[in-house]
Amino acid sequence: MTEIMVPAQERKGLRKLTDESPRERRANDISPAKRIARILGYLVLIVAAIGLFAPFVWMVMSSLKSANEVFSVPVTWVPDVFVWNNYVDIWSKSNMLVWIRNTLLLAVVVTFLQVLTGSFAAYGFARIRFPGRDVLFLLYIGTIAVPWQSYMIPQFILLSNLKVSNTLWAIILLQAFGAFGVFLMKQYYETIPEELSEAARLDGLSEYGIWRRIMLPLSIPALASLTLLTFVNTWNDYLGPLIYLRNPDLWTIQLGLKSFVSNLYDTNYALLFAGLTISVIPIAIIFTLGQKYFVEGLATSGMKG
Amino acid sequence: MAITATEGTESPRPSLRRRRSKLRARNTLLGWSFILPNFIGFGALTLVPIIVLFYMSMTNWNVFGKADFVGIANFQRLFGDGSFKIAVWNTLYYSVLHIPLTFVVALGLALVLNSKLRGVAFFRTAAFFPYITSIVAIAVVWNLLFSPDYGPINEFLRAIGISSPPGWLTSSDWAMPAVVIVSTWRDMGYYMILFLAGLQTVPRELHEAARMDGANVIQRFFNVTLPALRPTTFFVTVMLTINSFKIFDLILVMTDGGPGQATLVLSQFIYRKGFEESQFGYASAASVALFFMCIVVTVAQFLINKRRNA
Repeated sequence: MTEIMVPAQERKGLRKLTDESPRERRANDISPAKRIARILGYLVLIVAAIGLFAPFVWMVMSSLKSANEVFSVPVTWVPDVFVWNNYVDIWSKSNMLVWIRNTLLLAVVVTFLQVLTGSFAAYGFARIRFPGRDVLFLLYIGTIAVPWQSYMIPQFILLSNLKVSNTLWAIILLQAFGAFGVFLMKQYYETIPEELSEAARLDGLSEYGIWRRIMLPLSIPALASLTLLTFVNTWNDYLGPLIYLRNPDLWTIQLGLKSFVSNLYDTNYALLFAGLTISVIPIAIIFTLGQKYFVEGLATSGMKG
Repeated sequence: MAITATEGTESPRPSLRRRRSKLRARNTLLGWSFILPNFIGFGALTLVPIIVLFYMSMTNWNVFGKADFVGIANFQRLFGDGSFKIAVWNTLYYSVLHIPLTFVVALGLALVLNSKLRGVAFFRTAAFFPYITSIVAIAVVWNLLFSPDYGPINEFLRAIGISSPPGWLTSSDWAMPAVVIVSTWRDMGYYMILFLAGLQTVPRELHEAARMDGANVIQRFFNVTLPALRPTTFFVTVMLTINSFKIFDLILVMTDGGPGQATLVLSQFIYRKGFEESQFGYASAASVALFFMCIVVTVAQFLINKRRNA
């Protein structure tokens, strides 16, 4: 559960990453050496593309195979017969619906709390001067270097004593108050001109009013980044639910799919792949829609790894 | 001198000073009111556990919650524990493979994607899709890709003339390299984005000037790009190191530490002792070891970076 930051000046360069057009240069004035370099560049791109996407293609293709064909020799990439039924059977042969409901509930609640408390606290760190503030922020940053794995045991004891382990509350508490949102929002708030808040203050707006009426609307890109990253992070989390959610009715989709692998001796891998594909689809959709915010958010402050 | 002078003139006006301390008190209250909602959760679930960890590591805390203070007995036991030594060794082995490999691949990819080739805009975002895909999906898919007899990877290797390709996850020699390949595949997009952001800040004029002086591509890379990229490379190295030391979920789902103890890493040792064997005190001692590994390496890297910048 580490959170990270990148020097602020790098953010500006980043804006250009997503919307820069690569077609500016004319093709005529190119020397032979440059042409070779370009061909090499394209070769690297093609190899990288195959390496990046082959596992995903394999996953989707395997989800459409029959149970035996997954392990056929020689390996078939495209199934002989497309078994669309895998996508029907997975719902009846597993608890997918419950898992998805739990995961969705957690992701929405965690994201809401993280965005709310994160942006609120970030305003305190970015705009209000008081003794001890910088030390406190240093404490937040210091946890970058402390992996969650090193304090998961005392945290588990604490939450067990609070009687919230084996409830969805455990995951909400675990994920919702990360320092992550505070970093991301503070970084962004510091790029917003102070004069705006100053003007609002002269007009008689309170600090809470400035946060709500000025800062929140101006920081929508950062809020979008934080929302997307937190949602995806909670959706994908495996370790937290593994430790805290023992009751199968509380399982998230990651736990459920994992149990699908280990519980059945004769796992139907085609069916499993259908489940995996279903679990990845929401992420792919969110990612496609909000890729700009992902890039900016990831480069500003990362997610847990 | 100037500062003391102003303070001197202000001191005979207590009303101003009082107003100032009142403002300060008001700001403190205001500041905390903003931070508190997050801080309650952060403090209780991150700071408190970190502090409690050190106490727990010196007790024999078990599943009944009954704990006696045992001093450094847990640590003495750790040093004699063969599994612990293997776990530390494997963690370092993983890091030594994963850190340079990911660094080079991510930087190389960033350099290519920083050029003006067609399609790079698409790649810049597509390359980190693996990073936001769930670990369970990644692990299950790669497990089958690596399958010694049925997997496409070994089939490919056989096709290009390697008659007895490695057993990957079933072989204790090849399991760790296989895990490193998957984790590099997963992480490279993320670090590539960091490098790309850094590359955008390298001043174009520096490159032009170096070219005027007759520096070739390679000279320009080592003498212009790399030095200008130092804040990014420093940051990436720190993050890569911490993330390597704490590697856990990928191994848990892909190999579960096996075959044998070939991929047992430190985090998994903690998990096993704590959550599977309920030896919370002993597991905490191992957690303290992980804690200090990360802190020491981070501080060392900060110091080295500082000296280099000076």
